Amino acid sequence: MIPVKFDYLAPTSVEEALAALGEHGDDAKILAGGQSLLPVLRMRLNAPEVVIDLNGISSLRGIRDDGDAIVIGAMTTHHDVRDHELVKEHALLLAKAAAEVADSQIRHRGTFGGALAHADPAGDLGAPALALGAQFVVQGPGGSRTVEADDFFVDLFETAIGDDEILTEVRIPKHTGWGAHYEKFVRVAHQWPIVAVAVTVKGSIDEARVGLTNMGSTPLRARATEAALAGASATEDGVRAAAEQAAEGTNPPSDLNGAADYRQHLARVLTGRAVLKAAGAA
Amino acid sequence: MTATQDRPAAEIGKDRRRKEDQRLITGRTRWTDNITLPGMLHLAMVRSPFAHANITSVDVEAAKSSPNVVTVLSGKDFGEELGACINAWPITPDQKTPAHSPMPADRVAFAGEIVAVVVARTSAEARDAAELVDVEYEELPAVVGIKNALKDEVLAHPDLGTNKSALWVFDSGEAGTGTDAEAAITEARANGIVIEREYRQQRLIPAFMEPRSVVVDPTGEQITMWSATQIPHILRFALAATTGVPESKIRVIAPDVGGGFGGKLQVTPEEWIAWAVARRLMKPVKYTETRSESLMAAHHGRDQVQTLTLAADKDGKVTGLKVHLDADLGSYVAIVGGGVPVLGAFMFNAIYKFPAYRFECQTVLTNTTFTDAYRGAGRPEATYAIERLMDELAAEVGVDPLEIRERNWITHEEFPFTTVAGLEYDTGNYEAATAKARASFGYDELRREQAERRERGDRVQLGIGVSTFTEMCGLAPSRVLGSLDYGAGGWESASVRLTPLGKVEVVTGASAHGQGHETAFSQIVADRLGVPFEDVEVLHGDTQVAPKGLDTYGSRSLVVGGEALVKAVDKVIDKAKVLAAHLLEANADDLDYADGKFTVRGTDQGKAIQELATATFAGHDYPEGMELTLDADATYDPVNFNYPHGTHLCAMEVDTETGAVKMRKYTCCDDIGTIINPLIVAGQVHGGLVQGIAQALWEEAVHDEAGTLVSGSFVDYLLPTSADTISFDVVHTDDPSICTTNTLGTKGVGEAGTIASTPAVVNAVVDAVRHLGVNDIQMPCTPERVWRAIHANDGDAATPADAMPHFHEGSLNQDEGAGA
Repeated sequence: MIPVKFDYLAPTSVEEALAALGEHGDDAKILAGGQSLLPVLRMRLNAPEVVIDLNGISSLRGIRDDGDAIVIGAMTTHHDVRDHELVKEHALLLAKAAAEVADSQIRHRGTFGGALAHADPAGDLGAPALALGAQFVVQGPGGSRTVEADDFFVDLFETAIGDDEILTEVRIPKHTGWGAHYEKFVRVAHQWPIVAVAVTVKGSIDEARVGLTNMGSTPLRARATEAALAGASATEDGVRAAAEQAAEGTNPPSDLNGAADYRQHLARVLTGRAVLKAAGAA
Repeated sequence: MTATQDRPAAEIGKDRRRKEDQRLITGRTRWTDNITLPGMLHLAMVRSPFAHANITSVDVEAAKSSPNVVTVLSGKDFGEELGACINAWPITPDQKTPAHSPMPADRVAFAGEIVAVVVARTSAEARDAAELVDVEYEELPAVVGIKNALKDEVLAHPDLGTNKSALWVFDSGEAGTGTDAEAAITEARANGIVIEREYRQQRLIPAFMEPRSVVVDPTGEQITMWSATQIPHILRFALAATTGVPESKIRVIAPDVGGGFGGKLQVTPEEWIAWAVARRLMKPVKYTETRSESLMAAHHGRDQVQTLTLAADKDGKVTGLKVHLDADLGSYVAIVGGGVPVLGAFMFNAIYKFPAYRFECQTVLTNTTFTDAYRGAGRPEATYAIERLMDELAAEVGVDPLEIRERNWITHEEFPFTTVAGLEYDTGNYEAATAKARASFGYDELRREQAERRERGDRVQLGIGVSTFTEMCGLAPSRVLGSLDYGAGGWESASVRLTPLGKVEVVTGASAHGQGHETAFSQIVADRLGVPFEDVEVLHGDTQVAPKGLDTYGSRSLVVGGEALVKAVDKVIDKAKVLAAHLLEANADDLDYADGKFTVRGTDQGKAIQELATATFAGHDYPEGMELTLDADATYDPVNFNYPHGTHLCAMEVDTETGAVKMRKYTCCDDIGTIINPLIVAGQVHGGLVQGIAQALWEEAVHDEAGTLVSGSFVDYLLPTSADTISFDVVHTDDPSICTTNTLGTKGVGEAGTIASTPAVVNAVVDAVRHLGVNDIQMPCTPERVWRAIHANDGDAATPADAMPHFHEGSLNQDEGAGA
């Protein structure tokens, strides 16, 4: 499996990377962890003329406390997200979802920002980011701007990141003490989720956030379920009733792993289970 | 010289770590793809995106002017020197066999078929240029799917006039091996039980770890081909037979090969093209497929629709079985493609005493990747069908699935037993294997838990699946294979050579590709010849080193090749005895041979085999008439297949809300006769089980209506990893049934796990939800299929026809009151 020939650039600063991106435009692809890009290149499904590798930009790695939020550098690996104390304390849902990404090798190479920027609707991090109200910091020639989670995911493999911009970091508002669970439904362990549900709840249950993976062309929030759960008690019957609304407004794909109606059924069942687990009631 | 007394008493039965593993696991070895020859050129294939199309034109000019491209050739650039991909097993005299050119010039018959080859100085440049080859196609209607093919409306090969390749029939009434199956079914419809089912064997992809690779070096007097193949000897034969090069000018080498599972039991278009290009350019060439190409164009396996009618009396004693198979050959009749389902013909009656049996197999051609052997080849399909049916019969009669089997199986006193399919099973003990499996599994306890869960209406239900399998393996015997119109024999060859300093070189015609022959064969020779295990070197896989052989498949290497080895060792000992008698000035009749040493009975005089080897090399003192060599060759052709068997028990948990299935416990008790190396056997069983379980739960090659492979990468073709399996409980009978057709007493084990496990798993899944009205779930039992089967009758979900396919819609077509 040999990619089409490309030029390789390895900038050491975001500014340098942006300059390269400005110069090559559509002919360039950004390489983060490479866990999606390299297979695509090797199967010749894409043939950029230039690959801009962000791995040499150390400022893009790491997780820091920023008052009411934690900030995760775009090039932080899934493994580091999963294991970081700040994440476990303030965004437990992310730690749980990061632990479920593919397999150990991929978690050590794949990056948080790379996966979000790739915006595969079956990716494990979009729904948790959405549920936690993440803010995406993108940097372009004119400086940085922040995109709210609800505006970030545009369509299949499409985000609000401009052609001349790079995702540099993601701010996650602190959800300190919130319970969390990521319920992933797969046939084999290393598979993309057929459906997954990301839930984080405050108390039991004051407030709930429910994100859905692979239930449409972008990650989705199950808002009707969230509304039904607010102020509800974490009983099996109550939660399951709320979860009945989880598939509202979804438009999941039909493929070898399941037809759309089956996925919607799964979304309802898994939402109920995830909420109960997040609330410590299962 | 190593002192022979240091050698452990018995190698056979010892858990030897595999001597080949260090080099295989670390990759410090010779795979085909890491062979680099001076001046070597690299090939890239241009493949058809269409399943069926006329090739109108092939414009190679742009590709030819791409950097470092040497030439680009399409089908019309070759003549007869390109040869043909052969079918070595026409199953009937009137079989329709489409001509199979390695690179057709006029028409492609499956998506992935090769239409041109690019030759360049690097593989990257070859691949780049391949994208510049401009092929114009006139698309033709493609036929995909067995049932579509049977209609003969769209033809895979219009010139043949039909998609039906061959109809192969066995009828026990006609053959005189039993009575008339139709009569038994008629009787059962009136007074007994008839179970009718349609089971689908989905298409599978062998998915060996090392993609196929071939290197051809035409330099020198002989043309050498290295290939990642299971069958170097058959490959040499076929190259000579179809390309006009004398066998004596061909050397084929299968270096270390990274798995095959039947998938490398093929003579491939890629090998033939590499051969033709190297000969034309007189340069060494290499071709290694990508994983995408491997999934698309290396042969697939299974793919049958099984229409089954089982007749029994009301107590569940089977009175007859009728089997009609429709088997998808894909686009061509591959080397043994048509024969694979026929190998199953003799196994549908399995371990049972069925009085009447009829088997029909209709092979059909479609515009899909051609199919051929995949681990088990014919026998998993048969075992699946009968073991699923026996569970259905048990449910119908209302007795435990183990009980229904006991009512029908051959008891251990009845061996040797001639079956309704005409085979003579030499030995076996189904009672012993079942008893041991049952105890180890905790059968009764799990049945209790199952009942409790049903009683409580638990969300997660428990099911227990049974599979009491046997198989015919150790492919041989040559005469039987001949009677089935198979194109080759089934014998195996071995040579044993003593080096001047007393080491042992063993040459086998079997061609290991992961099995551990080097270790197991060394153990056999070490014991038989009485030399240290470490002193034995096993050589194989090179027609110049091992000139004779029929290679590795069908669980044959140990039971056929191992016995050839024993015979060769015995000849060496006989030759050495003459020299020993001379040097010891004793009568040969007074010599004993033990632990690698001849001793003169009643004295302390002796000669070690190593001393005799050195003496032979020196040639200073030897008897008149002795040829100065101790080396020996032997060939072995057994008179019968061998018949390993086992009882496999599987417990599956089914989440009735989502349809998700989870394995809880798997126990197998295999009776495989004498075990040479328990560790290797455990590895074979574990790997085999996973492959069989994968058919039950995960793997399926899917073509869309246009003939495009939808499951064309490992994203969609789901292979399990260790994360998806549990630790299996692998046991063996305490007093194994020794095989009578080889002196070691061994039976094959390479395919056992794959053959047995698939029905055990599906039986367990169905058993978990049978009380919810389910009696079948199509493989692979995806969560969606399980969920839809559960909810088929409650209006919650639409049930697609393929979740529970039956050839009579609705419930069992018999009196509800029939049976107990």
